[in-house]
Amino acid sequence: MSGAAFLSIRNGDILRLKDVPHLAPAEFRDHILRGVDSGWRIVSLFGKPIADRYVRLYAVMANDRQGSLSLCSADVTDQYPALTGECPQAHWFEREIAEQWGVIPKGHPWLKPVRFHEVYRFGTDAWGRDPSKKILPGVTDFFQVRGEEVHEVAVGPVHAGVIEPGHFRFQCHGEKVFHLEISLGYQHRGVERSLIGAPAKRVFHYMETLAGDTTIGHATAYAQAMETLARCKVPARAQALRGVMLELERLANHAGDLGALAGDVAYLPTASYCGRIRGDFLNLSALICGSRFGRGMILPGGVRFDLDEKNIAELLSRLNGIYKNLCGAVNLLWDSPSVMNRFEGTGTLSAEACENLGLVGIPARACGLERDIRFDFPAGIYRLAQLPVSTYTSGDVFARAYVRWLEVQRSVDFLQNQLATMPEGPVSETLAHPASETLTVSLVEGWRGEICHVAMTDKHGHIAHYKVVDPSFHNWMGLAMALRGEPISDFPLCNKSFNLSYCGHDL
Amino acid sequence: MIAAWLNFLIVLFAAPFLLGIVNRTKAFFAGRRGPPLLQLYYDLAKLLRKSAVISRTTGFIFWLGPVAGLAAVFCAAMMVPFGNARALVAFNGDLILFAYLLGLMRFFTVIAALDTGSAFEGMGASREVQFAVLAEPALFLGLAALTLQTGHFSLSDIYASLTWETWGKAGPTLALIAAALLIVFLAENCRVPVDDPKTHLELTMIHEVMVLDHSGPDFAAILYSAALKFWILGMLIVRLAVPVTLGHPLPDGILFLSSMVVLAVLIGIIESVMARLRLTKVPQLLIVAIAFSILALILEMR
Repeated sequence: MSGAAFLSIRNGDILRLKDVPHLAPAEFRDHILRGVDSGWRIVSLFGKPIADRYVRLYAVMANDRQGSLSLCSADVTDQYPALTGECPQAHWFEREIAEQWGVIPKGHPWLKPVRFHEVYRFGTDAWGRDPSKKILPGVTDFFQVRGEEVHEVAVGPVHAGVIEPGHFRFQCHGEKVFHLEISLGYQHRGVERSLIGAPAKRVFHYMETLAGDTTIGHATAYAQAMETLARCKVPARAQALRGVMLELERLANHAGDLGALAGDVAYLPTASYCGRIRGDFLNLSALICGSRFGRGMILPGGVRFDLDEKNIAELLSRLNGIYKNLCGAVNLLWDSPSVMNRFEGTGTLSAEACENLGLVGIPARACGLERDIRFDFPAGIYRLAQLPVSTYTSGDVFARAYVRWLEVQRSVDFLQNQLATMPEGPVSETLAHPASETLTVSLVEGWRGEICHVAMTDKHGHIAHYKVVDPSFHNWMGLAMALRGEPISDFPLCNKSFNLSYCGHDL
Repeated sequence: MIAAWLNFLIVLFAAPFLLGIVNRTKAFFAGRRGPPLLQLYYDLAKLLRKSAVISRTTGFIFWLGPVAGLAAVFCAAMMVPFGNARALVAFNGDLILFAYLLGLMRFFTVIAALDTGSAFEGMGASREVQFAVLAEPALFLGLAALTLQTGHFSLSDIYASLTWETWGKAGPTLALIAAALLIVFLAENCRVPVDDPKTHLELTMIHEVMVLDHSGPDFAAILYSAALKFWILGMLIVRLAVPVTLGHPLPDGILFLSSMVVLAVLIGIIESVMARLRLTKVPQLLIVAIAFSILALILEMR
């Protein structure tokens, strides 16, 4: 990737909209394909309507090794040559573009809706559906396998556990899964659309509940974007506190996931203890800001709550106690042959498949790919205190569990260091009005993986377009692929090892 | 005869209690207090007061399943001796009827599951039958080895004739049979490592998924049948492992009942310290049980 088409930016940089390289659709496509061939990956690919019939496609790409992001755009009308055929990581993005703007990626191998909502531009439905009829989620074509003894199992959207709605279609031969197709969209709320015109008071609450278990992750990404647009410098102490909250969120979720993985293989001790320990971590968040999920902590311009010496001391001593318990509970897992037997070799993804599908977060690192925003594109406190990337190579359920455990250990280290050496000073800065006609890309490593927010302002400095990519958006396809050739009875275990968000995907 | 009736009534009444003990043991290992020991009784009482919801896609087989299953296991329970005390019904060859009554119970559960036409229940039925094909020979051959060892053809006679001397004489045989029966016990009662009675994940279930559509009194019948089955298969192991006869029905009965409680605790411990097997590995475990039974049989025939 070089030449005029290449605009390299960093995480949290601001640039003027008119500086975004503008290409012809064919060039745009070539540019992305060449980039993907030479080690770049798609972070976000989305459309934004501009005058009349045009939709401007934006591509945000990342090169993890160089730590650089690149941006480019192209204007299309009602169709353009699809990328997915040659670049599978565009698959979900192109379906989204077709659904939202009625722009058809020509030659897309499996073009169907992602979230089942009405098209945002009147009269341009990509599938020519009757606009007077309500669009129902999950009503679409599914892959079918034909032949003797092949059967189809449909699971959800209503599940037996207290989990979010999603529909899973398995094509099975006996117990073996040939193909799994995942259909989501049941939780679509239209968050991105409601952000247009922000800053508004309500927006922040949307951000905190984009994916309820990633409150700090998404709130930080949004705050970071707003601060960049307003050219606001966040005080060091606020940055440290955000880091503390983000790692606490990671700890709580990883502890919960390790317990849930044990529960799925009916390994009782770890399942029960980790369930409780997750609550202990959540209580640490509550100690800081009064909310177990960190609601209300992050503020564009800083954080809302400070920590005094007494609370820091209590936080540290409680953290040490909880960590000791967690070590006991989790090490039981690795020491039980019956558990290892279930984890190892289950739901294996190759590093190559991971790379092709553009996976992020834990599933990618479990295949040995070094992808971690905190390391590759650090912002805030992570510029000063970098965490090593935790990877494992086998790409199976065990790897995904073990990467979580490595991250837990490193997050605890990070917390101990940060809490011991908190910078002094204020915890928030007043935020000016965002600059007009600018754009920023804000990346945060949430506990699930890479969170990407792209914000653009209009000439009054209001949000003209806002794009959120939750790590789940990249990773659902990974789950479907991980299940190929596996016994259907291992699906819940694989699913739990990815633990993707439904509402983070559906937005 | 009166004693046999009394014992039978004790079995009918006490069977759900054992599952309470299993759950409390598991709770102990999990660091929880756990449900009350009598929880299953409360559940049964609650379900009996409810009405059943029956899917429109099902036929009479669906409601026949739980009733026929309960009847079959009820009859099987009549043939199982209470420790060393004779069963209500005992005749030469009753062990074959016993094994087939359990088979009949499974048959009705399976066809009731298939009757719903649900993909889940079909999967569960397929798994249940697949594993039964391997569990039944293990049970049969184990009982055959016992028959050869004791020279009796009735469960009551076999178990009454077992003493510590039998262990001295044929220890390896009895140990192999006990191990085989324990594996059969875990498989037939859907315990860890074969199945997880506590899971909510339909795709991993074996037995639980077959009864998902049953509700109210039908479901109570299913839960109660399962508790009875737990008891009668457990008894086969307990009396084999602790063949002590004190010579008076009362202490004998108390000893037997406490051994059953110990078995329930043991099952609770097994469930607490290990994970479930991968479903594809379950047949391997059952083949081990068959191998144990065959080995016991060969030891007796030489």
